[in-house]
Amino acid sequence: MQTAMPHISITTSEGFEAFLATRNEPDWLAQRRREAFALYQSLCVVELDPEEFRRVDLRLFRPNDYQLVADLPDGDEANQFSTLMEHRGDFGGSIAHTDGHLVRSDVTSELVEQGVIFCSLSEAVLKHEELVKKYLMTKAVLPDADRFSAWHAAFWTGGLFLYVPRHVTIEKPLHSLIGLASSKAADYSHTLIVLEQGASATLLEETASADENLPGLHIGAIELLVGEEAHLRYVQLQNWHHRVFHFAHQCGHVGRDASLQWTVGSLGSKFSHVHQDVMLNGQGADAQVNGIIFATGRQKLSYYTQQYHKAPNTHSDLLYKDVVCDRSRVIWRGMIEVDPVAQKTDSYQRNDSLILSHDARVDAIPGLKIEADGVRCTHGATAGQVDEEQILYCMSRGISRGEAMHLIVNGFFQQIFDRIPVEIVRDTLSQSVQTKLGFDN
Amino acid sequence: MREIVVEVIARVVDDLLRLRKHLVEADFEMNSKLKIENLHVQVGETPILKGVHLEISQGEIHALMGPNGSGKSTLAYALMGHPKYVVTQGSIDIDGIDVNELDPCQRARLGMFLAFQYPVTIPGVKVADFLRHAITNVRTPDRKEGEPLMPMKEFRIELRDTMKQLNMDPEFARRYLNDGFSGGEKKRMEILQLAMLKPRFALLDETDSGLDSDAVRVVSEGLAKLSGPDMGVLIITHHERLLEYNIPNYTHVMLAGKIVETGDASLAHDLHANGYAEVRKRHPEEAAQEQKQQEATV
Repeated sequence: MQTAMPHISITTSEGFEAFLATRNEPDWLAQRRREAFALYQSLCVVELDPEEFRRVDLRLFRPNDYQLVADLPDGDEANQFSTLMEHRGDFGGSIAHTDGHLVRSDVTSELVEQGVIFCSLSEAVLKHEELVKKYLMTKAVLPDADRFSAWHAAFWTGGLFLYVPRHVTIEKPLHSLIGLASSKAADYSHTLIVLEQGASATLLEETASADENLPGLHIGAIELLVGEEAHLRYVQLQNWHHRVFHFAHQCGHVGRDASLQWTVGSLGSKFSHVHQDVMLNGQGADAQVNGIIFATGRQKLSYYTQQYHKAPNTHSDLLYKDVVCDRSRVIWRGMIEVDPVAQKTDSYQRNDSLILSHDARVDAIPGLKIEADGVRCTHGATAGQVDEEQILYCMSRGISRGEAMHLIVNGFFQQIFDRIPVEIVRDTLSQSVQTKLGFDN
Repeated sequence: MREIVVEVIARVVDDLLRLRKHLVEADFEMNSKLKIENLHVQVGETPILKGVHLEISQGEIHALMGPNGSGKSTLAYALMGHPKYVVTQGSIDIDGIDVNELDPCQRARLGMFLAFQYPVTIPGVKVADFLRHAITNVRTPDRKEGEPLMPMKEFRIELRDTMKQLNMDPEFARRYLNDGFSGGEKKRMEILQLAMLKPRFALLDETDSGLDSDAVRVVSEGLAKLSGPDMGVLIITHHERLLEYNIPNYTHVMLAGKIVETGDASLAHDLHANGYAEVRKRHPEEAAQEQKQQEATV
């Protein structure tokens, strides 16, 4: 694996130039990358937002340990992922990337005929240049948000573009797999989804590592642009192995009378920090955000979520459920922001944690910034341990202590599963929790 | 000479084998017996049970009555192995197995069952899933976590039939365990578990408390359908209603941590009609202890 594969530094100007030389891209894009890299260099010496990063300790993260992988690993290694979803469903299209390189991509001809674009982002740059130019990091995730978004904007590789034209409904879910297969590989995959007016689609995306001992880095971005009256269901199952650092900017824009259901499964990685924004831009916009965070060992998983109401009569409902075991730690900072114009906002934000060990810790901090006067916003956070009486009750029915614990943990997440109408998503999440618990039935 | 010796030995061996076979068969048919001898139990620093003797065989129904605080529920929890109820003296034994050495899970797999007075709620765990785990473990006592559960189809049929037998709405199985259940529903849930797990020894801790008379009837009828020659039942109650449908072979009266009297079903009727005043008069020593305990807790 570690033989003479060309690697590209992700922190130096030389590395950046070498990277640019491997890309056969239009000038506007190269220019944007250059600007982003300059931004990255300048933001690296600027303190990160203390509100967002106060509890996130980055001292263990050394960017210089990771490189871009210029070539795919040989043979089967690029495909050795224990994917949870891929073989479960009947998909309308599927895309897989390894170490930032496209390994396969398909989409049904039926969708193509309807004008749906579902391809790698690199291919979209060449074939659908105007669309990409219009939407890529111009509306949702902006390069200047912080050093991670700038870094991503400079180096993004891989990732996908989904474009659904007006009033086209995609019935079957689409699937995307993002994999890391080389030691110390850096992955900058980008997910860009654009739904035009009245369109609807479901995309299931999962991340995985080929080998549990591979150190890796993911600097990702997700942009979900849901047009007027459009409906998007997006699922991301973060399942990196335990030596991967994961940073991501994720942002959804929801237009007038549109809806976004966004489900996050956060199971993997050594260390994660995810900035997740939901913007309710048009009247009647509706967003539901579901999160499952399950941390074990010494994992540190941090989520910074915002529900931003920018128009009247908008609705958002965020529920995160966290379980921490061993010496792991979860940090969740949630914020609801309501603009003065966003009257009649109805917003809900909640985080429940289950703490399974004395050495595990959860920091859950909900927050509100409300500038409109006719709104209904509720928020809350709970943290608790498994009730010993529940375990005894299970044991009195012949269920061992360990099995009882697992039933209770699964039950704790059930409230999220119950909110998810897509069976394959529900099953996959439940299965991934079971797998992480160590049991498959 | 040698031939005779060989023949005698052969006959003895033959006899021994026949005897062994006989014993093994007898063992299979043997009525299991739950034996409680001189049981002392304390909670924290407070002694509650002070020498309880009780023997329950499969097929028998025992009623355990007694005033509040006499130790009835303590006996139930101690039998099930709740860690807060510490056995300081005496023994609990099923057919030579020292039950006191076992944790609650092992006791359940040995065939013990406690219908809780206050069943706990487990949000997110469906009744059916919970029962499927329980039933698999109780029926395959050596099972380790991760080993296969009872096949879904088989389980569903059994669950459906059992619920029908107990006049329960099948929708019940899809609800989360005791989550949002009324008092009566929780108790019926206990009876459903009893029906599915078919224990050798069932302990019912005030299964009739807090229920209206219709609910008591439903639960009582349910229990009456389930008990039989293979189940030894200990019904803890201070009412009589549960016993109308489940006529006890024995009635025991507990006072200040001891069983002070044992009689038949008529004793239960008598206690119901006349209360415990007469019992206290007949057992002044325990009554005095009870008095002292009550004063200590006030």
